Amino acid sequence: MFIETPLVQKKKRTEAAAKIVFMLMTILMILPLLLILAYLLYKAFPILSLDFFITNPKNGMRAGGIWAPFLGTMYLVVISLLISAPIGVLAAVYLNEYAGDNWFTRIINLAVVNLAGVPSIVHALFGLGAFVLFAGMGRSILAASLTLAIMTLPVIIASTKESLAAVPRAFREACWNVGATRWQTIRHIVLPNSISGILTGVILQVSRTAGETAPVMFTGVVFFKKISEGDIFAYNLFDQCMALSMHLFTISTQVPDVPKALPYGTAVVLLGTVLLVNALSITLRVYLRARKKW
Amino acid sequence: MANQRRLGNLSEPIIEGLIRLCGISAILFVIGIFFFVFREGSGFLFSKLNLKEFLTSIEWYPDSPSNKRYGVLALMAGTASVTVLAMMIAVPFGLGAAIFISEFCSRRARETFKIVIELLAAIPSVVWGFIGLTVMNPIIIDLFKAPIGLNVLNGGIILALMSVPIIVSIGEDALKAVPDSYREASLALGATRWQMIYRVLLPAAKNGLLAAALLGVGRGIGETIAVLMATGHAVQIPHSILDPVRTLTATIAAELGETPVRSDHYQVLFIIGILLFSITFVVNLVADLVVKGIRGK
Repeated sequence: MFIETPLVQKKKRTEAAAKIVFMLMTILMILPLLLILAYLLYKAFPILSLDFFITNPKNGMRAGGIWAPFLGTMYLVVISLLISAPIGVLAAVYLNEYAGDNWFTRIINLAVVNLAGVPSIVHALFGLGAFVLFAGMGRSILAASLTLAIMTLPVIIASTKESLAAVPRAFREACWNVGATRWQTIRHIVLPNSISGILTGVILQVSRTAGETAPVMFTGVVFFKKISEGDIFAYNLFDQCMALSMHLFTISTQVPDVPKALPYGTAVVLLGTVLLVNALSITLRVYLRARKKW
Repeated sequence: MANQRRLGNLSEPIIEGLIRLCGISAILFVIGIFFFVFREGSGFLFSKLNLKEFLTSIEWYPDSPSNKRYGVLALMAGTASVTVLAMMIAVPFGLGAAIFISEFCSRRARETFKIVIELLAAIPSVVWGFIGLTVMNPIIIDLFKAPIGLNVLNGGIILALMSVPIIVSIGEDALKAVPDSYREASLALGATRWQMIYRVLLPAAKNGLLAAALLGVGRGIGETIAVLMATGHAVQIPHSILDPVRTLTATIAAELGETPVRSDHYQVLFIIGILLFSITFVVNLVADLVVKGIRGK
């Protein structure tokens, strides 16, 4: 039997200590957050009901529910994704299927990385300067959605590129060999084989778009707007709208004497929407990875 | 049949043109962002702005009726103090978590942790600000007997929690990129796992880990709503972590709504935007070059 020398024992002790320190760091990062989330839910619980979702804010936002901001957020998310998803997917197709390995492609990739790093408030300034003022859209759902679309574009490009790159090269070569053109190959082989991965990436952007405040606060979202309750077509493209994120900001910092439960309720609905969409996207990804044939 | 083929021949160049156009869209948008932000601020930038005063004065009095002064030094100090504090917390914790998840966990635990971290990354910044306002604020007042809980410490902690997920996920990628043969070789020589991490993995992955920290910095400088809600509203150079401050981003968010379009104040806010755009551009560029550095080797 091997007898442990003091050196080996010391090594084992450092090893155990290192493991515990790193584990504590990980746990310290995650645990307080779970507690905070539980606390938010606990504070919001009394107000969460169906009524909360389908009534407009009332009494200078000191009563009522979140119908107008909730619907506004849905509009912003859907419209911005309708703009950014096609452009982002086609851009990724270009980068993965057409672009050669040269300086021009490197510049595009650099632009994508930098676009992803632009602060959200700078996107807001850009949206204000370009869409609201220069293009003359005014502060509207359209201008705010365009601003959000440009902000989410780099992430959609990155996730789509990854899905496209996962399609084996042999699939493409087989298709070219039977005489298909480049576009036919993409249309019939590459896209169908990667569509699920692309969708997962796009769904993930729903959560990011829904939570953003800064880019929309000067481009189309207002403090208060009354719309007809229960009508999902209450907004039009050139209207201003309310949004959940902005609403939470307003009632927690700008309006005095708001009943405590209201901002907690709004925060939990916003957080719940975002985490639900994320969980959906993650589940889809895990499921698809398990089913993958190659 | 023949008809269909003709249509196919015709539509293919159109589609390919569209794909190429979308391909270069990222470049167009980056240029567009710079152009439009610059365009709104340029009038004031070239005529009235005293660049030296703008960058070195701590006097930010855009609303003063008699003597308007636009000095952003205090705002830059606000951004710097919050970001530095956040990184002092987030970088060690983030990299520690990345090491734990990548080196000490079983495969199953690793997948679980990665999903949890992905969910943390999804929490909207306005919710973080709300947590700073309602949860951290009273805790800081109680713990430090501070007169107000909205200060550098609050903003720094919130910002740290926000940037940890990005640091963990990029850091984990960097560790994963180190070939397994390195690990096997050092373990075969009798090193413990900790010695292997400390002497082999960290040096081998240092570029990727540096890039992870830099991306965290970029996120910290650019974060707006959370710091607006959590840092208080005092334009000053902080002397302790319990002083309230105002950051560059928060100033734009708080003041742009109340300034008339094309007024001096409005244009100065756009100049701050150019400043922010330039800072984050450089930080991201450096992070990208550092990452490319590892691949090049």
